[in-house]
Amino acid sequence: MDLQTVWFAAVAVLWTGFLLLEGFDFGVAALLPVIGRKEADRHLMLRSIGPLWDGNEVWLITAAGAVFAAFPGWYATWLPALYLPFVLVLFGLIIRAVAFEWRHSHHTAAWDSTWTHVITAGSLIAALGIGAALGATTLGLPIDGDGNRVGGAFAGVGWPALLGAVAVLAYSMVHGAVFLALKTDGPVRVAARRFATRWAPVAALPLLLWAGLVHLRSGTVVTAGLWLVAALAVLVAWTFIRVDREGPAFTAWAVVMLGSAATIFGAAYPVVVPSTVDSAFDVTIADASVSDYTLTVMTWAAAVGLPIVLGYQAWTYWVFRKRLTAEPVEPAGETVSA
Amino acid sequence: MDVLDVARWQFGITTVYHFLMVPLTIGLGILVAVMHTMWVRTDKPEWLRMTRFWGRVYLINFVLGVATGLVQEFQFGLAWSEYSRFVGDVFGSLLALEALLAFFLESTFLGLWIFGWGRIPKKLHLASLWAAVIGSIISAYFIIAANSWMQHPVGVVTNDATGRPEQVDFFAVLTNNTALAAFSHTIAGALMVAGAALVGIGLYHLRKRRLAGRSPEETDHAVWRRSARLGGYVSLIAFVLVAITGDYQAKLMYEQQPLKMSSAEALCTTEAPAPFSIFAFGKLSDNECDDVHSWTVPYLLSYLAHGDFSTAVPGVNELQEEYSAAYGATYPDDPSFGDKAGEPIDYTPVLAVTYWSFRLMIGMGMVSAAVGAYALWSTRRGRVPTSAIGVYGSLLAIGTPFLANAAGWIFTEMGRQPFVVYPNPDVPREEQVYFFTAQAVSPGVSAAEVWTSLIALTLVYGALAVVELWLLTRFVRRGVTTSDGAPTPGHTPEGSPDDDVSGGADVTPGSASTRRSDEDDVLSFAY
Repeated sequence: MDLQTVWFAAVAVLWTGFLLLEGFDFGVAALLPVIGRKEADRHLMLRSIGPLWDGNEVWLITAAGAVFAAFPGWYATWLPALYLPFVLVLFGLIIRAVAFEWRHSHHTAAWDSTWTHVITAGSLIAALGIGAALGATTLGLPIDGDGNRVGGAFAGVGWPALLGAVAVLAYSMVHGAVFLALKTDGPVRVAARRFATRWAPVAALPLLLWAGLVHLRSGTVVTAGLWLVAALAVLVAWTFIRVDREGPAFTAWAVVMLGSAATIFGAAYPVVVPSTVDSAFDVTIADASVSDYTLTVMTWAAAVGLPIVLGYQAWTYWVFRKRLTAEPVEPAGETVSA
Repeated sequence: MDVLDVARWQFGITTVYHFLMVPLTIGLGILVAVMHTMWVRTDKPEWLRMTRFWGRVYLINFVLGVATGLVQEFQFGLAWSEYSRFVGDVFGSLLALEALLAFFLESTFLGLWIFGWGRIPKKLHLASLWAAVIGSIISAYFIIAANSWMQHPVGVVTNDATGRPEQVDFFAVLTNNTALAAFSHTIAGALMVAGAALVGIGLYHLRKRRLAGRSPEETDHAVWRRSARLGGYVSLIAFVLVAITGDYQAKLMYEQQPLKMSSAEALCTTEAPAPFSIFAFGKLSDNECDDVHSWTVPYLLSYLAHGDFSTAVPGVNELQEEYSAAYGATYPDDPSFGDKAGEPIDYTPVLAVTYWSFRLMIGMGMVSAAVGAYALWSTRRGRVPTSAIGVYGSLLAIGTPFLANAAGWIFTEMGRQPFVVYPNPDVPREEQVYFFTAQAVSPGVSAAEVWTSLIALTLVYGALAVVELWLLTRFVRRGVTTSDGAPTPGHTPEGSPDDDVSGGADVTPGSASTRRSDEDDVLSFAY
């Protein structure tokens, strides 16, 4: 396997990791107005993702950074083609990040509810926007032979973008609900479980449709198998959530994304940006990549760095593994060994 | 304005804004980690209260730095796609490594620190903060290495087939002398920002307590006194470091980007020995160097540039001719240069900007150091500052290192125009890698799109600045709280009832019962 393929896989893993991890915190934020009827419930929901969302977001920064680093031709084609949607994503991510922190820097009812809404709005905008960008780039963008967008500012935004947007948001909302059911107790857990039970089968459809379309365009037997795994995982997750087995349900629901993303990236390979103008203009990993020397340097850095990162991120999840309730968990000052 | 100008304004505004947060995050992060370490080592409550107070300031600001940093990463692809294509081999890998090796460390361990109070062992909790702080320092290094590569490209050769530079020596990129100099200068500048904040706020509270008739025996006196004195020492030491690293950086720049430095001095014609300009008059704003006159100190510029009092320093006019001969008097008549195709190239940066930003940087740094000295003097041997002018001056002077930092970046970025990747003079002319800013913008993006994002981002940034300043001011005026969450004696909030932090009484029904608990006290720090 050449280094370009290795880095295509690395980029795919990073984007999938982002969709999986930030997926549940996007989902929890989107569910704030649905499940968090009372302030106490909202506070609990925010606490469940409080220590985790910032680390999850780094997956996005790293995923985008890896595209830039390994495939600048992809980066330089993709972002300008979807200029305004990406700016909207940035807007969503900015207001969401400050809202998480600032919500807790002052306390009045109006302040709390304002920033709760901002967290929800920012997360919705970011999830929809990133879904749109990924949908458009895997199903085709109107680009010419130089990698520049043909048509106006919105030429990149068509049904593929819409499908990707809905797919990411719908998946994330159920993902968030299953996460809440797993991580909390009391009324939030009950409401989250009810939401997941009701919506799990429907919420996976756009994602499966998206993956299926990429497979039909350029898939193989392997991607057909991966797609099937994703589809079956929906049923498994649904079954587990109905019998209150939240841990297995969360794992199975994660497999839905893993299988779908593997289908999409696997079927797209080696094309990174398909052109809707002419398939001769498709950007492939060979067109887009940096030199082998740079890929080698980054491979070494990632081989050393990534296991360490995964190690300490996993450890953080473990430190904050306890189920949260709306009541105080531990008395102040007590030290709990990790 | 065409796409190029709008994109440059957008880059300038978003970068300067982002860089208001960054030095405070780095500088204060280091100092909060020191305070936390002192608390773990000595168990003195004032160190804990200092950690909590300054830690909160650090966090309110940190998140805005993270949020605006996202814009920076994406902006290279959005508005500067030709630049991204050209430099991808070097620049992209530095950004990716920053994310992988620094951001994960920073955000994961900061989460552990914020939420880990009372949950993880004390020393592990302290180590989390240090990990986060080290993450932000590593991140600064990668970004500065990336920027320094644009100022002084090393470790690459041009691939004749693609016309783009390809990396051949990653170690050379990481140990670029430009990067080492800029990194140490930037970290020292970040410490000045943190030092000034400690001085201004510490003196303000000391004076406030004195006016309220509080005795030094009451608890939080030690907090403010220590903050002010720590800030004073940090300001002074950081200023010395800034001066030493800045001097070294300037000498490097005279070798690597002579036009930047000569225009910083408005030195029009080559002189030996060259005088240092204190204040310039004339038509700086017209970029007409010959109409500029300065008050000068003889010999000094030769010394600053080369370390002796006689060497010639090249003037702007001569350098402009040299560059025209080497890199062309006009932009190539090629569509990739947009509106600039075929136009004459001005190799002299905007004189008014380089000249005055250089002076603003140095002047503001000096003011900040003087305030640090004042803080140490006015609090000597247990004293408390009495002068309202001194105290409010120190409070205002919190802004001076911010201005110095911003001016420094504006100087270094504007000073290398019209290049975005500046040719490295150590390399033979025919092997040099360089790229004009005019070539770098995204060809497929319209001015209307960039205008839209420029206006949207500027408005959002403005709104965020208002909320951030309001939150910080409010928090700072209120002062430290004791470990049980109540304001310390002598620090009754002056504001409206909802300024109360003690919780319970005035909090709206529905939120009171759950969030005002012991558990929240552990997290009173954060969420």
